[in-house]
Amino acid sequence: MSLNSPDLSVNLGGVRMKNPVMVASGTFGYGPEYADLVDLNRLGALVVKGISLEPWRGNPPPRTVEVASGLINAIGLQNPGAEGFLRDYLPFLRQFDVPVIVNIWGRTVEEYAAVAERLSAADGLTALELNVSCPNVKEGRTAFGTNLPMFRRVLAAVRLKTRLPLIPKLAPDLSQIKAFAQAAEEEGADAISLINSIPALAIDIETRRPVLGNRTGGLSGPAIKPIALKLVWEAAQAVRIPIVGMGGIASAADAVEFIIAGASAVAIGTANFSEPTTALTVMDGLREYLIRHNLGTVKELVGALRC
Amino acid sequence: MQLETVLILEHRDYGAGYRLLKVAAPGIAPQVQPGQFVHVRVPRLNDAVLRRPFSVFQAQADTLSILYKTVGRGTAALAALAAGQTVGLIGPLGHGFPLDGPAERVPVLVAGGYGMAALYLVAQRLPRQGMVFVGGCSAQDILGIEDFTALGWPAHIATEDGTRGVRGLVTDVLDAWLGEGRQSRTPEFFACGPNGMLQAVGDRAQAGGWTAWLSVDRHMGCGVGACLTCVVKCKAPDGDWVWVRSCKEGPVFECRQIQWEEES
Ligand SMILES: Cc1cc2nc3c(=O)[nH]c(=O)nc-3n(C[C@H](O)[C@H](O)[C@H](O)COP(=O)(O)OP(=O)(O)OC[C@H]3O[C@@H](n4cnc5c(N)ncnc54)[C@H](O)[C@@H]3O)c2cc1C
Ligand SMILES: Cc1cc2nc3c(=O)[nH]c(=O)nc-3n(C[C@H](O)[C@H](O)[C@H](O)COP(=O)(O)O)c2cc1C
Ligand code: FES
Repeated sequence: MSLNSPDLSVNLGGVRMKNPVMVASGTFGYGPEYADLVDLNRLGALVVKGISLEPWRGNPPPRTVEVASGLINAIGLQNPGAEGFLRDYLPFLRQFDVPVIVNIWGRTVEEYAAVAERLSAADGLTALELNVSCPNVKEGRTAFGTNLPMFRRVLAAVRLKTRLPLIPKLAPDLSQIKAFAQAAEEEGADAISLINSIPALAIDIETRRPVLGNRTGGLSGPAIKPIALKLVWEAAQAVRIPIVGMGGIASAADAVEFIIAGASAVAIGTANFSEPTTALTVMDGLREYLIRHNLGTVKELVGALRC
Repeated sequence: MQLETVLILEHRDYGAGYRLLKVAAPGIAPQVQPGQFVHVRVPRLNDAVLRRPFSVFQAQADTLSILYKTVGRGTAALAALAAGQTVGLIGPLGHGFPLDGPAERVPVLVAGGYGMAALYLVAQRLPRQGMVFVGGCSAQDILGIEDFTALGWPAHIATEDGTRGVRGLVTDVLDAWLGEGRQSRTPEFFACGPNGMLQAVGDRAQAGGWTAWLSVDRHMGCGVGACLTCVVKCKAPDGDWVWVRSCKEGPVFECRQIQWEEES
């Protein structure tokens, strides 16, 4: 390896990536949507939109609203279900040399386990990311991502059903982040990802109604970046498993910040909407940064915060 | 579909409060089908996380143009651009108007608001001649009539205040024409405008057993089918309904596909 081409590869808890830049769940569809605009083979990994066992309709529109430096979304996890995904999208994805990570969710522990089991039986998927930010319908609508015992139960149940690398995606709760990160590690997670969008509200002052059909949604985009960085930094101090950092990344400089805070990989979300090639420009900029700082590998930068 | 940074060739008032933005887009322009749109990255709107969608008004050789009205911060920032500057586009996007209907059908275009912009290419590229129906609040809202009359297409105009054409709604003029019963051929509708107008056109088409292609306007995120922001309630084959992406499967739907209840 020459000095001029630093090693960008990372092993994210068993997910071997050519580079540490992936695209975040729900912002890149299932692959084909952006394939005309972005060479999927160049992505570190592709995380597809959340999949549940059965097809799910999602929320009534309006489903997103642009706010200052951010986006509030309440898509409501619309998806074709595990069978629909495997039938309609997996054959397409198999054509590419890119790790495919499936983001999964369920309304009960049993649904999580079932969707994990079904997807693990398919050929061509690299890992599962667990979205725990959906309310549990059986146990009084608590969110799996904010109730530690429930979080552990979901993780343990899914762990039993899959040998694929498992990446729970943590809720952006600063007071609990270390506890959740440690619980994930203890229950056998191979990596963790954070952050998911932050609960938020926008109001139409003329009608005095919430703008979104679902009333509330999740804030993403540059507005949440400093919060996400703090959470990644906290989590990185609490666990040894690798971290996928995300939240408002739009440039290589943003990605470098996350890596310095302790992320082994980063994901591009909302930025795909305005610039679909963001992941590629981030990758190129990251390479330039490593060269400029005389670093031979991106791993040397992970958690390199001086303080 | 492609990403293209395009040079602004012309940017001027077009009447009815609209501005024409004409760009050199050698990649996108030749691919445009009537009713498709481009997703515009508005320069210097740094805290905006979304692009803005606009129908392609005209597309000829390597150039294309949009007609837009300033309604918010994105369009206001767009208005500040000048010829010689560049802007980023993704396009052409969506499923537009099909032009391969049976030759015996008479094309009937129905427009409200920026609808004329979305419908111009239909009139220009259809091998058969038809007519247009245009509605607005007032005379100054009637956009682009001359472009259609220049193609030899007669225009029927309605304004709510009666300052141009017939006083009333565009559907009133349409109903009058349909009621005359002198059209010997079957109409095929192509419509773009407010939801109420689209639904009214669709109702008439269904009542008469005719086809109506409706271009809907929904807020958009990605514009390419990835985010599921732009959904429209559509009938499913099994009698149930589903949310369908207007940026991908639409923005043009046949009126029988859309389920309007609880919508609009
Ligand atoms: C398929 C399609 C074709 C269109 N074609 C045209 C056209 O040819 N000419 C034209 O003048 N307008 C057209 N529009 C509407 C145009 O997209 C909006 O006027 C524009 O997005 C407003 O942006 P803004 O920042 O100025 O408004 P703001 O109100 O500040 O925008 C806030 C957010 O709401 C969205 N938004 C606001 N109004 C609309 C709207 N009517 N439709 C969709 N999103 C909206 C914006 O995109 C933005 O995300 C079209 C819309 C769609 C969906
Ligand atoms: C429109 C939209 C849909 C999303 N859908 C999902 C989803 O299905 N599952 C999930 O775990 N996260 C989902 N997310 C969250 C993102 O993956 C990401 O965690 C979050 O947006 C923060 O990153 P960003 O600021 O770069 O967008 C979605 C985000 C957006 C904007
Ligand atoms: S705007 Fe994203 S799916 Fe239509």
